[in-house]
Amino acid sequence: MANARDEILARVREALKVTAPKPHFKSEPVSGRSTGTVKAWLPDGGETLSEQLNLLTENLAKLKANLVRVSDVSAAHQALQQIALTKKWKKVAYHSHPLVSPAAEALNCEKWEVTSSFDKQKLEGCDAGITSCEALVAQLGSILVSSESSGGRSLSVLPPVHVVIATVDQVVADLEVCFAEVLAKHGQKLPSMLSFITGPSRTGDIERILVLGAHGPKELYVILIG
Amino acid sequence: MSNAKDIFLKEATTSTADGPQRIFINKALGGYYTNRDIQKARYRDWERARDVASLAKWTAVNDLANTLEAFVAKFESNGGKVHWARDAEEARQIILQLIAKAKAKAVVKSKCMTTEEIHLNDALEKAGYSVVESDLGEFIQQLRGEAPYHFVFPCMHVKREEISALFTKHLGTAATNSPEELTMIARRHLRQLYVDADVGITGANFLVAETGQISITENEGNARLTAALPRIHIALSGIEKVVKKLDDLSVLLPMLATAGAGQPMTCYNTLYSGPRKPGECDGPEEFHLVLLDNARTQILADPEQRDSLHCIRCGACLNVCPIFKNIGGLAYGTTYQGPIGSVITPHLRGLKQWNHLSAASSLCGACTDACPVRIDLHHHLLQNRRNANQTSPTWFDRLFHRGFNFVISRPRLFAFGGRVFRFTLPLLKKIPLPYLSAWLKTRDLPPAPAQSFRQQWKESSHG
Amino acid sequence: MRISLFIPCFVDQLAPQVGLATVRVLKKLGHDTEFRSEQTCCGQPSFNSGQWEVAREGAIRTLKVFRGAEVVVGPSGSCVAMIKKFYPELLKDTPHAAEAKELAQRTFEFSEFLVNKLGVTDIGAKLSKKVTYHDGCHALRELRLKEEPRQLLRAVRGLELIETDESESCCGFGGLFSVKFPMISTAMVQVKGGALARTGADYVVSSDPSCLLQIGGWLTREGKPIRPMHIAEVLAEGLPQ
Repeated sequence: MANARDEILARVREALKVTAPKPHFKSEPVSGRSTGTVKAWLPDGGETLSEQLNLLTENLAKLKANLVRVSDVSAAHQALQQIALTKKWKKVAYHSHPLVSPAAEALNCEKWEVTSSFDKQKLEGCDAGITSCEALVAQLGSILVSSESSGGRSLSVLPPVHVVIATVDQVVADLEVCFAEVLAKHGQKLPSMLSFITGPSRTGDIERILVLGAHGPKELYVILIG
Repeated sequence: MSNAKDIFLKEATTSTADGPQRIFINKALGGYYTNRDIQKARYRDWERARDVASLAKWTAVNDLANTLEAFVAKFESNGGKVHWARDAEEARQIILQLIAKAKAKAVVKSKCMTTEEIHLNDALEKAGYSVVESDLGEFIQQLRGEAPYHFVFPCMHVKREEISALFTKHLGTAATNSPEELTMIARRHLRQLYVDADVGITGANFLVAETGQISITENEGNARLTAALPRIHIALSGIEKVVKKLDDLSVLLPMLATAGAGQPMTCYNTLYSGPRKPGECDGPEEFHLVLLDNARTQILADPEQRDSLHCIRCGACLNVCPIFKNIGGLAYGTTYQGPIGSVITPHLRGLKQWNHLSAASSLCGACTDACPVRIDLHHHLLQNRRNANQTSPTWFDRLFHRGFNFVISRPRLFAFGGRVFRFTLPLLKKIPLPYLSAWLKTRDLPPAPAQSFRQQWKESSHG
Repeated sequence: MRISLFIPCFVDQLAPQVGLATVRVLKKLGHDTEFRSEQTCCGQPSFNSGQWEVAREGAIRTLKVFRGAEVVVGPSGSCVAMIKKFYPELLKDTPHAAEAKELAQRTFEFSEFLVNKLGVTDIGAKLSKKVTYHDGCHALRELRLKEEPRQLLRAVRGLELIETDESESCCGFGGLFSVKFPMISTAMVQVKGGALARTGADYVVSSDPSCLLQIGGWLTREGKPIRPMHIAEVLAEGLPQ
């Protein structure tokens, strides 16, 4: 008997000998790309940076994420300090990154830098995870984190609060641009995880009533520099 | 044991008689309609976005062999391992062997309908593993010992009081009526289970051929944790989930969220391309993907219904379906409820046994209009009826339609028959007749007119 | 224009007033009407039951009935959808394929014909009542008629149109579905009929007499005051007999 792979692929090839009609469309998408140019039909991501920032601000607010706009790095440190004080953090986790490390290290609480030998049990005891990100998507209010740029997989999702420190030049209009930038930046060597975070963790599983902080962070802060 | 149709009729009779429950379901969906409309309005052209989403899936599905091969080559070059499963049994065996080889004890799962389709939990528990569903809704259904009610909103039929009692019974927690507190109880309970689990099992919403990534959509963060903390990550996916380009997700991800849950984007949309890479802080040592056929190639071989493989499991068709809303998800007795379930279940489990789901539809078409990838759902129900009639006709149906056709092919006989029917209607109402009695149980018929239209036409100046 | 009437079989036998109203409106607009008495049923019950071979016979017979007719107009979204949408499907790859497509093009649902073909919205009707509109699924989703009947109703003198959130919800008729799965069909009409009754309207109007049979049947049984009325009957109000 053939192995499962060969057998399934043979079934697929056999099945596809009969062609299915192409769906009817209002207009034919642009050739050369399987999705055509979709910008014009999806939610707007803004043309200029200021439009994009407005959309990002509006979308994050609707998602119940907290955006803190600051003018420079030292203001970002102060903003983080302020959140730490308000939330009475005792212990935070962060990863090594030029935007993140100095801000986290300036905090007056216990700080713990996650490294490749970190203990997941220890992360569970932290009040917040502080990370950088790959990009911010204006169109949807999504933050793209990765295992490479955001301290692995758990730091941005296990602690009850997630703080992202980013700069305005990381804002992109929409997903289309974002994917293109990801491919351009990482090429064939993609981080093992790329995750779009769109607001704090949520569930509607009980009577379709929105509750934040189902398994991931209850609160999401974005400190945006510039 | 009675057959699937009898069980369905019995369940549908019970659930439609439960007025308060039907109101509860309608109310639960009320917020969804509002949010969906708000989000749809943000699209500059929703209909064209549907075209694009549909084309992205069409392109991949109609070139499935090449798309899959490209995906698998890329996936394995990223360090993951692909396993192929012809059917449910083969998929279960593959997963059991992977878990045995890892000498694992505890398994944590994030929501995945494909694992429901292959009845994975039963197999794992029989083999002695402890399995926990981490999605809140699935966790609640697991404690209830009940299948998901809706493949996106698994416990939408359960009231908070019932959940509170369930948690008191199983977790020993104090009673509460607050959805927030109930959610936090589950969060605290499941936390340690993630940390302790050796194996995490997830599904996949999309497989991206261009990059060899799998994409997982979720709101709670449980899939993120499932794929981050255990040593081994196993994902199970149908072969039809593959798309060609990463960019295809720029339309599919937002539309999945908007159509299915009325969100701009689901909270976490995560792309995994392999196990933890050198230099990364955490992540699993091994990453396995089980690619499942399980009759998908049969659907593929039917060009008329091939587009049902475009399904991205958003649940929009259930949310708008008057049948689903009135009979509820459990009455279907299937893994996939609602219109898409009625279309594909006959392919997965046999048309003869499951055609009644295609018959149990008024063909209103609300599902087809709601589908973000333009699956011609209600027309597929019609085709299933036709196919069932060709392969396993019932004598009653044959006789009824042949007899009806005999009458309507003879205009004079039709006119005469109509006249007889009208004059005898008061009498007919009193005797048990197939169909007519079923109508009259809950509905009146207007008094029959003395003259038909054709009589009046003839007698007026027109004739 | 000479208009060939397509009178659904149950309108012929159980609701002749709908057919007569259709004639009255078309006459008022100055058109000739004809009724080809060889017509019976379009075959939809068999088509929807999966009996496509039987339905095909009905379709071929109907094609013959309307051969040579300039335009065919029917006061039923559902039966017109059968001709316009499903005959071409049913008869594709048969010698009748071309004729089915051609008949589809000259067949119109009543409100579609008035608004889109004749360009008329005001017939001159008068009805001082509150009405709510039910979108029959075939008219709405197969023929894409949503605004046409509403334009016609808004032009009726004295008429107040009240919309409900459930206007697009299926009434649960679905032909034989209503008697094969009566509990589901009844649950659906409870949702629909309940919403219609809550509007406080005098009439529920629709372009589909089969939906009105279902809705009206339930409303009567439940003793609700709101009555069913076909859009042709509304438009014939206040016109000369």
